[in-house]
Amino acid sequence: MDFLRPTTWAEALEARAAFPGAVAIAGGTDVMVGINFGRLRPASLLDLTRVAGLQEWGTEDGAVRLGAGVSYARVIGELGDRLPGLAMAARTIGSPQIRNRGTVAGNLATASPAGDAHPALLAADAEVEVASVRGTRRMPVRDFYTGVKRTALAPDELIAAVSVVPPSGPQQFSKIGTRNAMVVSVAAFGLALHPDRRAVGTGIGSAAPTPRRAPAAEEFLAGELTSAGLWESRAELPEATAARFGELVAAAAAPIDDVRGTARYRVHALSVIARRALTWAWADYRNDPAKEI
Amino acid sequence: MRLTCTVNGASQQVDDVWEGESLLYVLRERMGLPGSKNACEQGECGSCTVYLDGLPVCACLVAAGQAEGRQVGTVEGLAGAAALSPVQQAFLDAGAVQCGFCTPGLLVATHDLLTRSGRPSDPEIREALAGNLCRCTGYEKILDAVRLAAERMSEPGAHR
Ligand SMILES: Cc1cc2nc3c(=O)[nH]c(=O)nc-3n(C[C@H](O)[C@H](O)[C@H](O)COP(=O)(O)OP(=O)(O)OC[C@H]3O[C@@H](n4cnc5c(N)ncnc54)[C@H](O)[C@@H]3O)c2cc1C
Ligand code: FES
Ligand code: FES
Repeated sequence: MDFLRPTTWAEALEARAAFPGAVAIAGGTDVMVGINFGRLRPASLLDLTRVAGLQEWGTEDGAVRLGAGVSYARVIGELGDRLPGLAMAARTIGSPQIRNRGTVAGNLATASPAGDAHPALLAADAEVEVASVRGTRRMPVRDFYTGVKRTALAPDELIAAVSVVPPSGPQQFSKIGTRNAMVVSVAAFGLALHPDRRAVGTGIGSAAPTPRRAPAAEEFLAGELTSAGLWESRAELPEATAARFGELVAAAAAPIDDVRGTARYRVHALSVIARRALTWAWADYRNDPAKEI
Repeated sequence: MRLTCTVNGASQQVDDVWEGESLLYVLRERMGLPGSKNACEQGECGSCTVYLDGLPVCACLVAAGQAEGRQVGTVEGLAGAAALSPVQQAFLDAGAVQCGFCTPGLLVATHDLLTRSGRPSDPEIREALAGNLCRCTGYEKILDAVRLAAERMSEPGAHR
């Protein structure tokens, strides 16, 4: 095995192209489990923790550009106000030790349907920036997931960053698991209200082969909020609207039975957490009339 | 490969490190520092918790080469020359140690918590220690130990 340690992004991309058998490693919280248990024996490890600039975040065209090497702990500590949905999801991931190392980019590349960053990124319309020696391209996060643990990354590409526009409205994240710390989600849900464009964003986790949105639920809710003038009045949200939203979110799922839960349970749980997330988000929206739209 | 890093303030160099090896393996098997424990090798139990550049991490999930040139702090580095650290002493005094397997990781995680936050609330303590499993104590004595250490460390003139 080789241990490759590029210190610049150009070197990292060259190494990615020159060593097709290499496995990239950032926080190592997925990769090292595989190696420790003998499930992963890469020809080489491509360590990204020394790549200058990759551990930074900044703002670009109004969006937060989160470098691939930024840990969950830093998303929580430094970006809780600008990326509330992602920070909420990050707070539920693993334990303090895991959050000190694990990265959003690692979660994306692993592309587990149960990865907790995905619902928040989907709801917020995040963009993934990937690069190779051939160049850089960006795609909406929904196009990044192509199958169970499969992504749009070409073999010579690395994730450079994730871009998320700070929200104009409230965001929420909710996950169901067996306990509070260190659980793989049985079902997860991310919600973003976008009052500036009168739109709703959703993300479903652990309930389909890939993380996915619930477009019918988004359209339904945005339509209800608009036709009833609720974006402007910030009046109470009818219970029936919240319940219907939960049902439509659940209808977008295509879960399986597995050791953590049955498909039926997941669908039911999703309808409940989606309704709750909406109720919380709407309460935030009502309590924050200062935020003009 | 060769690995050079600083462990508990002293420079360490070891050779013939396998590239897929964890920092935990290097510490225990190559550097003679078996304080950090190996219980799960998958980040679940926290008994391998060490400082890496000042942040508590699971040493079993750090690839050895990622520690090159970095500062590592293990449980062996907590005690002073003459006395245990207040965190260690509090764990003994509160009866928070039974088989002791989880203790090194809990000591590092507690040390980190009390360095950042002088008098943490109970929810803060639970959150900070959520990544450390103990199969013996039922956690109550561990919480007592953390509160005791926090109290002693916040006394005027107390050392850390
Ligand atoms: C105890 C424990 C608890 C956990 N709990 C949760 C949880 O609650 N929720 C959750 O979602 N996940 C959880 N995880 C899984 C894991 O922590 C996350 O998936 C994390 O985001 C992985 O990030 P990393 O930086 O550690 O990735 P690594 O392990 O370094 O890499 C993961 C994958 O991403 C690739 N990769 C990394 N960076 C890049 C890049 N820049 N470009 C291209 N490919 C890249 C690697 O090659 C590898 O395939 C847990 C893991 C452990 C060990
Ligand atoms: S041995 Fe590292 S977390 Fe259990
Ligand atoms: S004292 Fe035995 S595992 Fe904690």
